[in-house]
Amino acid sequence: MFGEVTLSLLKGFGITCEIFALTLLFALPLGLIISFGSMSKFKPLKWLCKVFVWCIRGTPLMLQMIVVYYGPGLVGQWAQGIEDPGVFITWFASWTVFDRFVAVLIAFVINYSCYFSEIYRGGIESIPVGQREAGQVLGMKKSQLFFKVTLLQVIKRILPPMSNEIITLVKDTSLARIIAVYEIIYAGERFIKAEGLIWPLFYTGAFYLIFCGILTLLFGYFEKKLDYFRG
Amino acid sequence: MAMLEVKDIHKKFGKISVLKGIDFELNKGEVVSIIGSSGSGKTTLLRCLTYLETAEKGTVYVDGNCVFDAASEKHVSAQEARKRQLNFGLVFQSFNLFPQYTVLDNVCLAPKLLAKDRPDYKANKKAILEEIEENAKKLIERVGMTSRINMYPCQLSGGQQQRVAIARALALNPKILCFDEPTSALDPELTGEVLKVIRSLKDGDCTMVIVTHEMHFAHEVSDKIIFMDEGVIAEQGGPDILDNPKSERLTAFLNAFSQ
Ligand SMILES: Nc1ncnc2c1ncn2[C@@H]1O[C@H](COP(=O)(O)OP(=O)(O)OP(=O)(O)O)[C@@H](O)[C@H]1O
Ligand SMILES: [Mg+2]
Repeated sequence: MFGEVTLSLLKGFGITCEIFALTLLFALPLGLIISFGSMSKFKPLKWLCKVFVWCIRGTPLMLQMIVVYYGPGLVGQWAQGIEDPGVFITWFASWTVFDRFVAVLIAFVINYSCYFSEIYRGGIESIPVGQREAGQVLGMKKSQLFFKVTLLQVIKRILPPMSNEIITLVKDTSLARIIAVYEIIYAGERFIKAEGLIWPLFYTGAFYLIFCGILTLLFGYFEKKLDYFRG
Repeated sequence: MAMLEVKDIHKKFGKISVLKGIDFELNKGEVVSIIGSSGSGKTTLLRCLTYLETAEKGTVYVDGNCVFDAASEKHVSAQEARKRQLNFGLVFQSFNLFPQYTVLDNVCLAPKLLAKDRPDYKANKKAILEEIEENAKKLIERVGMTSRINMYPCQLSGGQQQRVAIARALALNPKILCFDEPTSALDPELTGEVLKVIRSLKDGDCTMVIVTHEMHFAHEVSDKIIFMDEGVIAEQGGPDILDNPKSERLTAFLNAFSQ
């Protein structure tokens, strides 16, 4: 029995890891773009980004997932009711019904990139202006300033809040169960209904613990690596 | 011809006029010290010269070439502005070394990045980078930091950091080197080592603009003293104006200082 449960949980855990990895892959760069937007000198862009981040951070991830998954279907239904929907609506209604997994990913990527963007912004804004000015009088271009002067200092500063957020992400993946994506909690839960066993659900905790433990060690390692300078 | 000609520089922050028409000239190899009470606009003047602020009115000529003209400033491309900026070096009160780089890399970074724009960069990359490092090592030796060349800024004292900052500014070979209170953030016993370096630069024919509160040093090292008060130059002349000030305001300033 134990072997069977482990196998089944491992399968679910594979999906968990996939959600985790793909979310990071897309949300890390997207967050940077949003953070640049919310620091932009162009006021409309700045406010657009701020309002967007407010909406996403101000509503539950679970709700966002449901909206992404069921919302497009509702648009399709509504489009069917219209006599002459026109090209745009037809087109929109035809491609926007997402696969469950894709819906989860979209919701996670949007949600996490907003959280990341705020961490990036905090990190970038905490770098003393003197650093930028020093680079400027040395004739550096804006991009050189960012990549050669600011970036590593920002990374050093945001590592602790990032590790926090990323560890939260590991556990948030369990929300995918809401729209029946077969991640590890869902896999564990199945044994309650099918076999009357509760321990497989508890057993999932071990997977999370080990995964988060590894991440903690990894972040600790990176923080140590950047220990050689202060600032 | 004058190395640096500053004409009628005006700068406002919001409604407050901080610089109300600054004019001065400086010949090649000369040192000018700018003194004045807090808030008189000394830092702002240096920041206008080094493009960290944009003056609303006025012109700056270096070596006969216009490097700043408030009237046509908007039409200058970012690239051209960076090129003009390189006429000036700036040493900050708070050093502003890049913390993640060693002493050597702090000095080399900007020249290496700048070299990428050279047309022959790809062909001679190795030789160019080596030359930059050689030059950086010489500068580091000049400021007496050779023994700490591989250390990071956080491992250095304030005085040592400031000496590295001077080497870093020199690495781009600016025509005019500006200092904004280079020793104000230092303990008195560390001030001397930085002033010694600046003094040695004077012998090396550097043209320098130094904002300072070190009156003895200003007296000794300067060819010219500018006393600023409330956004204007209240008095300027040779170092002897510190002994025999003509204006009331400078007299009052020096009296307050010697107490
Ligand atoms: N970015 C800014 N925004 C608004 N006001 C400013 C700004 N920078 C400087 N000022 C004002 O300009 C005036 C001159 O400042 P500045 O820093 O040039 O004085 P300073 O002569 O260098 O003084 P100190 O000897 O204390 O360094 C001050 O009244 C200051 O409040
Ligand atoms: Mg000042």
